Amino acid sequence: MEILSLNQISPDQVILWQWGIIRITATLMYTWFIMALLVMGSWLVTRRLSSDVRTTRWQGVLEVVVSTIRNQIKEINPEDPGHYLAFIGSLFLFVGLSNVLLIVPGYVAPTSSLTTTAALAVCVFIAVPLYGITKQGILSYFKEYFQPTFIFFPFHVMGEVTRTLALAVRLFGNMMSHDKVIAILLAVTPLFFPIVMHALGLLIGLVQAYIFAILAMVYIASATQAHEEKTEK
Amino acid sequence: MDSLTFIAMASIITAGLTMAIGSIGPALGEGRATQQALSAIAQQPDERGSITRTLFVSLAMIESIAIYCFVISMILIFANPFWDHVITKG
Repeated sequence: MEILSLNQISPDQVILWQWGIIRITATLMYTWFIMALLVMGSWLVTRRLSSDVRTTRWQGVLEVVVSTIRNQIKEINPEDPGHYLAFIGSLFLFVGLSNVLLIVPGYVAPTSSLTTTAALAVCVFIAVPLYGITKQGILSYFKEYFQPTFIFFPFHVMGEVTRTLALAVRLFGNMMSHDKVIAILLAVTPLFFPIVMHALGLLIGLVQAYIFAILAMVYIASATQAHEEKTEK
Repeated sequence: MDSLTFIAMASIITAGLTMAIGSIGPALGEGRATQQALSAIAQQPDERGSITRTLFVSLAMIESIAIYCFVISMILIFANPFWDHVITKG
């Protein structure tokens, strides 16, 4: 089943249902599908948690996932990872699941649309000053923008905007290019090579999800840690 | 030559050139990064985990430069705004 043809570079162009100005695109449908999958899965598992020695199999899976994310956050930011776990963890799980599900036929990753990745990057763009201000206070956070002199203010702002853009285009470009490469390979050499590329695509998808989450964490850490280093000196 | 043909020709040639020139830099950069990481692992095998993690992150960041070129060439070929503009006008 081919939902996305070769000359459509974004699943936004696939309109499944339209009523007036309200339209449901393939991106929207699969985004809600993944969110429903994540929420329902977590709800089903956490419904009966037990701290007993004998736990259910799925609780073990979820514990491994959560503790891995906590450890990764802790390696970047040595303080308590609990503050960042919800944000970074849901970014990673959403991007990772939507990339891994590519092996399901008829599925189009919502991350291969620029709108989804831009929305995720804007979330990071908003979260960085939020975490920074709650950690340092509003004055000392904005003082960072004028370091070392006030001439550097536009460069700091430009850096924030361009790294948000890079975050969005990186994920979109990787997933979209993977889609296109497989579509072209299917036309040229069917059967064997597309399977190998799909296997590579699983790796690429997980690495991209990891990078998205890690970069978000690095940006947050740079906003929250600048103050601590100064007080330690 | 009418403008439609000219836009098509310019877009296709530019898309090819974008990919060709734009992948030179990231290829050299990734090669250098991998080479440095390999020699670092050879010198300090204990630090393999953190070196590999940093290598993956930096490789993906370098690769995103080539990906930007790819996005530009895809836009030029499949979603060209000038092409659409001329077609709707004509």
